[in-house]
Amino acid sequence: MAHALDPGCSMVGGGFWSWAGCFGVLLIGSMEPGTWSLPKNPAEYANLPRQSAPMAVMLIALGHADCFRSYWMSMNLHEYQAKQLFAQFDIPVPEARVAETLEEVETAAAALGLPTVLKAQVHAGGRGKAGGVRRCNTATEMQTTAKALLGSQLVTAQTSLQGLPVSRLLLERPVAVERELYLALLVDRAAERITIMASASGGMEIEQVAASRPEALLVSRIEPLFGLRPWQSRQIGDFFGLTAEQQPALNRLLGRLYQLFIECDASLIEINPLVVTRDGELMALDAKIELDDNALFRHPALAALHDPSQEDAREVAARAEGLSYISLEGNIGCMVNGAGLAMATMDLIALHGGAPANFLDVGGGATAERVGRAFKLILSDEKVAAVLVNIFGGIVRCDLIAEGILEAVKDVGVRVPVVVRLEGTNAELGLQRLAQSELAIETAATLADAANQVVKAAAQAGAHEPVQSDAGAGERV
Amino acid sequence: MSVLVDASTRVICQGFTGRQGSFHSEQAIAYGTRMVAGVTPGKGGQRHLGLPVFDTVHAAVRETGANATMIYVPAAYAADAILEAADAGIHVIVCITEGIPVLDMLKVKAALARSEAVLIGPNCPGIITPGACKIGIMPGAIHTPGRVGIVSRSGTLTYEAVEQTSAEGLGQSTCIGIGGDPIQGLDFVDCLAMFENDPDTDAVLMVGEIGGSAEEAAAVFVQRQMSKPVVAYIAGVTAPAGKRMGHAGAIVSGGGGTAEAKYSALQAAGVRVVRSPALLGRSLAEQLRR
Repeated sequence: MAHALDPGCSMVGGGFWSWAGCFGVLLIGSMEPGTWSLPKNPAEYANLPRQSAPMAVMLIALGHADCFRSYWMSMNLHEYQAKQLFAQFDIPVPEARVAETLEEVETAAAALGLPTVLKAQVHAGGRGKAGGVRRCNTATEMQTTAKALLGSQLVTAQTSLQGLPVSRLLLERPVAVERELYLALLVDRAAERITIMASASGGMEIEQVAASRPEALLVSRIEPLFGLRPWQSRQIGDFFGLTAEQQPALNRLLGRLYQLFIECDASLIEINPLVVTRDGELMALDAKIELDDNALFRHPALAALHDPSQEDAREVAARAEGLSYISLEGNIGCMVNGAGLAMATMDLIALHGGAPANFLDVGGGATAERVGRAFKLILSDEKVAAVLVNIFGGIVRCDLIAEGILEAVKDVGVRVPVVVRLEGTNAELGLQRLAQSELAIETAATLADAANQVVKAAAQAGAHEPVQSDAGAGERV
Repeated sequence: MSVLVDASTRVICQGFTGRQGSFHSEQAIAYGTRMVAGVTPGKGGQRHLGLPVFDTVHAAVRETGANATMIYVPAAYAADAILEAADAGIHVIVCITEGIPVLDMLKVKAALARSEAVLIGPNCPGIITPGACKIGIMPGAIHTPGRVGIVSRSGTLTYEAVEQTSAEGLGQSTCIGIGGDPIQGLDFVDCLAMFENDPDTDAVLMVGEIGGSAEEAAAVFVQRQMSKPVVAYIAGVTAPAGKRMGHAGAIVSGGGGTAEAKYSALQAAGVRVVRSPALLGRSLAEQLRR
């Protein structure tokens, strides 16, 4: 049967959610060719994901909007989850089903009819070019495609070389498209406003449009204490060139998008493309939503939509342990307290000719237990040839931290060279304790010394045991 | 001899009786900060750490004349705590709490725009004028009174900067940790302007990191408005794009917010940039000797 999904977005009434028969969508097969603009290549078909992450970010790169410098802690939703939220907020989306097995694909196909667009559900853009979005005209084609995609690792321009696992497919009935638009809401960090970005040129060509014609983009900021105003919707409708008959649909859509943004604590909602259908309706053919991690405490139902399979396993494990960890490509493991100092330590290693294997913030406490967990995590990465521990003990005394390091090194059975640099309260006492131990721990007097020593140690260790290259790791966007 | 806070600053703590609030209030008192009261809703009338506890910030201000606060309340209540402090007429609001929802901060910032209050943070180590007033989680002992202003987006990296300047025989006028969140109170430009106007600050050490465009804005400010020397370090040259490096605001995305972009903006503005975090103190000392 069709996969009935109910994330139970806590703010919205009406639990059961179904895509079927909601909207007046048209079957391509029943239409005369050439009466609307449809790309010939299925991969270019309307429901296309972004080529290079959300466009707003891309625009910064192109220098067209200096406001969208970044996202912060945010949880990605899958396209199907985003569209499910859209449906809950009465934002039009194509008729669709979600399938996890070939049987479910078959059932879904029977309900939707042919042709159907199959879309691999992964947290990365570039799916179209990578073969993760396919239009299927026959049942056989659909089964073959679904079989190939389900359970596979989809490698796109935005994933690592290992790709991301495809455990769900979104099946959608194609929509007859009149025009493709672009619409996004995001938190503009510099302006400190939720900001609407709109372009009359949505879909595949959007990046090029942004590059060549910045005037084709409209940026409209929402006052936090007033919310979305009616004039903003009129401004965007005018910019889109909508008819007077179409304007009310945009008013409704924008109002609901803003409501969703606020009620779900989103940090980004992007629709590319937002289409005007042959019927003159507005519909979201693709959907990208990012939610503010910091606000998930007030949205348990949304938090449950998290899909850890789409993230680096070590990073997920680290988060569960309360550590902030990111895999990198080098061979020098880093354990540092504080995010800024952790980044600075990575930079220093690079400056001294080494390559950091990870970013790791053990947090302010730096207790034996935390240090132990951090060691385990760092060493679970086989390419680590040496470890640099750089702790600035402020409130926590360095002699206690030294005890913690000793205990952890012993417990975990660390076999690679470890260089420790301690600074702060009782630093000398801490270093003394480390130097006196029987364990092979090198102490460093200064930050620069520490970097030098660990780079040397890693090079020596690397000479015995060639380091496996792991290109591509950490490249994911 | 400082900016924003000094020995006369009358400080309260919101979230006073909690674990964090208690610990850091104790540290602040031991440092010599003029702590006058604490606020914990429902515990008004009690005494804690030898100080009166109030239910509301308004009552604390009325009874003690407090003009600064440090906030240690949980993220879910932090926005409310900031707004309460601003409404009660607190001048310097230091919010240590991390993990405040972004949409809460958007509203807080909009509300504060109409108030006299200055917000530092959230998700920051706080502010300290060495030897006079410590509001935050920084270790007091590494600081030395002096004439260098420090402004930073980081915690322990700020301590590193402090330690290194102290080791060079340079003390600090005031150190401000502006925090690692994308939406924050004081930014680099605000702090640079205060240091420029402070007769007791001779030079500024600025510690930035990847993400956002605050360092670029600072570069423009330094070029146009500052006469005092500024030395800058940016963390995250090796940070991969698209990954958040611990701090919510520390991320390179779409080619924006890179350390290199910030370094070139600062360098173009005549700021002395330091590539090694091990040379923060020495570079500043060299700059001052010129």
